Amino acid sequence: MTTTSPQKTNRTPVRLGDRIFTSLSVGSGLLIFAALLAVFLFLLAQSWDAIRASTEVMGQSGEFSLAEFVGPLVFGTVLAAGLALVMAVPVAVGIALFISHFAPRKLATPIGYVVDLLAAVPSVVFGLWGGVWLVPKLEPAFRFLHESLFTRWFPMFQGSDQEVTSPMRNVLAAAVVLAVMILPIITAVSREVFLQVPRLNEEAALALGATRWEMIRTVVLPFGRSGVVSASMLGLGRALGETMAVLMVMAPGLTYTLHVLAVGQHSTIASYIAAQNAESTGLDMSKLIFAGLVLFVITFIINFIARAIVSASSKK
Amino acid sequence: MSLPIEIEDLNVFYGDFRAVDGVSMTIAPNSVTALIGPSGCGKSTFLRTLNRMHEVIPGAYAEGTVKIDGQNIYGPGVDPVNVRRRVGMVFQKPNPFPTMSIAENVLAGVKLNNKRVSRAEADQIVEVSLRGANLWEEVKNRLNKPGGGLSGGQQQRLCIARTIAVKPEVVLMDEPASALDPISTLAIEDLIGELKKDYTIVIVTHNMQQAARVSDKTGFFNIAGTGTPGKLIEYDDTNTIFNSPANKQTEDYVSGRFG
Repeated sequence: MTTTSPQKTNRTPVRLGDRIFTSLSVGSGLLIFAALLAVFLFLLAQSWDAIRASTEVMGQSGEFSLAEFVGPLVFGTVLAAGLALVMAVPVAVGIALFISHFAPRKLATPIGYVVDLLAAVPSVVFGLWGGVWLVPKLEPAFRFLHESLFTRWFPMFQGSDQEVTSPMRNVLAAAVVLAVMILPIITAVSREVFLQVPRLNEEAALALGATRWEMIRTVVLPFGRSGVVSASMLGLGRALGETMAVLMVMAPGLTYTLHVLAVGQHSTIASYIAAQNAESTGLDMSKLIFAGLVLFVITFIINFIARAIVSASSKK
Repeated sequence: MSLPIEIEDLNVFYGDFRAVDGVSMTIAPNSVTALIGPSGCGKSTFLRTLNRMHEVIPGAYAEGTVKIDGQNIYGPGVDPVNVRRRVGMVFQKPNPFPTMSIAENVLAGVKLNNKRVSRAEADQIVEVSLRGANLWEEVKNRLNKPGGGLSGGQQQRLCIARTIAVKPEVVLMDEPASALDPISTLAIEDLIGELKKDYTIVIVTHNMQQAARVSDKTGFFNIAGTGTPGKLIEYDDTNTIFNSPANKQTEDYVSGRFG
């Protein structure tokens, strides 16, 4: 590597330790790119058969439509992760604020630990818990939502009686489990940001006659906004890729319906791959890998958007 | 405000530790009162009890009475939030809100409590407050830029503008110029002289020349040693404190023969 070889024109002596350290850190940095590229190339190469056989790319001669195959999966993935995020973010911000600004120190530390412990629970355990315990417990709530008057004009809780049926292994149940799973990461990152709010700014707000909530609204939340956004995106990334829990909670299906209470209508990319890959060979395997490529790209875009939001708000 | 601030037998505690002991003093309306004394003598703590800001620190509390415009701010049922709306505070380090523009900073206190102000009213408040803080001419063309982009002295005047925008009766200043260069310090001192017309000002300072320049009355705080409570040793006209103090400790301190 040219970066590590000593240059003859350079008069400052290069020490051995420096050289080793430099090459180690540069090497590690490059390794990240290499790994990312290798994954991307693998996905692309392995899904090439499916891409070539698809009608969209190759015209009418193709055997099937790749978009028709991957479309419902993308829809289910984004729907489940989005619902999880909508449920998790307000709760996570609430917990983070409680720990950072409301709870007495004796209570704040144990709560912080408990939330961190939640992150250590393996996803298969969440899957068991969700499938065996949570789904029956959620059923009355789901029935209430489905039958309430509100649902007449709010389409997401609608659905035929055949669709909304027991056991309620629908996308909303999966999203609830996902929300619990992404809660710790969002809470932990938000809490760190909220704790970094300068004490002087908080005092300034209080000295102006702000109540505690007004202080949080005028100082803490604006200061922590970009942190909460990036925390949410981290959570969203995890929810998009979560496999086991979704597989164990949700009954799969491949439609585009927004009826989140309907059972057997949605699948996510990750859980679909996990469910199918043992029995797939040849072109079917290639299609699955293409679905993986799509998930990879979605996660990439989400991260990109998160960075854009964070840097835009920090520039202001 | 027409009535003086009357402080009677005020004790301040941090948990078990008594930080300020038995302070009684009367502060005349529309005057500047300086509090001087060595570090750790309780003068800043005392200042913060005048708008109940010391309570922000867990375990801190005060005993005694502080009457502002006739009302005891430590009376039963008095909300510290309301006290702080009447008694504004400027801190040692300039602390404009980093996420807000200059104009938003000035309006921050006004907009609290969900108070609605019309656009014209808001513009009016921003201009009057910034003029009141001698900052208008310097920032009038960049009111929508972040307050963090100003110099330290300008930021401190922005904080003063933010404080007077809510029209308090009293303005407390905790070493407002100690983080500033001499030119900015002079600007703040000139401003204090002008603010006196409309507000009662209490200022804590380490700089004795500053106390002598800006204040009408001066209070000298001291402690007997580390871990002992701070006491108000002498409180009199600034002229008297600096030229013919009654107490030996005061004389030693103001003449630089301290310790």
